[in-house]
Amino acid sequence: MLTLSAAAAEAPRPQPKSGIEYAGSDVRALQADDFGNPGMLWVARGEKLWNAPAGRSEKSCASCHRDAPTTMKGVATRYPRKDAGGGELLNLEGRINQCRVQQQGADTWRYESEELLSLTAYVAHQSRGMPVNVQINEANRVNFERGRDIYYRRQGQMNLACTHCHERNAGRKLLADTISEGHGNAYPVYRLEWQSAGSLHRRLRACYFGVRAEQPAAGSAELVDLELYLASRARGLRVETPGVRR
Amino acid sequence: MLARVQVPAQARRGDIVTVRIAIQHPMETGYRPDNFGRRIAKNVINTLTCRYNGVEVFRAEMGSGVSANPQLQFYVRAESSGEMVFDWVDDSGQRGSERAPITVTA
Repeated sequence: MLTLSAAAAEAPRPQPKSGIEYAGSDVRALQADDFGNPGMLWVARGEKLWNAPAGRSEKSCASCHRDAPTTMKGVATRYPRKDAGGGELLNLEGRINQCRVQQQGADTWRYESEELLSLTAYVAHQSRGMPVNVQINEANRVNFERGRDIYYRRQGQMNLACTHCHERNAGRKLLADTISEGHGNAYPVYRLEWQSAGSLHRRLRACYFGVRAEQPAAGSAELVDLELYLASRARGLRVETPGVRR
Repeated sequence: MLARVQVPAQARRGDIVTVRIAIQHPMETGYRPDNFGRRIAKNVINTLTCRYNGVEVFRAEMGSGVSANPQLQFYVRAESSGEMVFDWVDDSGQRGSERAPITVTA
């Protein structure tokens, strides 16, 4: 098996291209239309959840974080990240669930539940148009390296790594679809195939399924590490949440 | 049921205004099996109406060929200030309603 050196993996890449640039004109038009974009239904629901008291504290997100368009602006560009005190690497979904348990005294939301998707979409939407800007530092370097290893590791019965489609063959056809560079800057997205909004982890699990590999659970450490590596590849791309994809 | 409506807040009398409504709904076709192979019952929004100051100006009857989270668009002549009221019902009997004000100037 061919192993790629870390140096090769970190060689400068050309400017990343968002998945929307590989989409057809109909999908682009749907994403650009703030009323027609079906993902905005999830954002609208997220706004209601933001203001709804939850848990034993009977506090809503707004009780502490106030006005989301101000306080949540740019937050999604920095995730996944670790708290200043360390702890585990959290993506937006993980951070929301942590807040629910620690601050609101509520139960966590199941990954991929309508509630978690909606609130994640609402929070990420506040960063729309801002460039992805995750920082790799001493605190998260281990996660970054683990994520990068997954990205370059062949797996499944198809014996493929992420890189084989999304780096070496981006822009080429896979059946009827154009392969994108696999960036997560538009998630949660409304995917036409799903007829619903979905998280990045749902999409990643679909990729694992596609190469016939064992799927890690949504929200698992493996997928959050991979999400961090993907975010580092997508640095500079603008957040599109809620994106629309085929 | 969550919905978003788009009606211009203001219009001049006689203007043709664009009205849009999007509803969050799975629009189950009745043809899909679940993970255990059992058929998922058909459940679509079968009727949607829009009344403008009490007068029905639009009615849609939908079936299993309409996508999830349907979005409808139609045109109405602005006659007088008031309210547009949207009502819909799905096969499970669940109802939804949404309203939007419109101010019409001479």
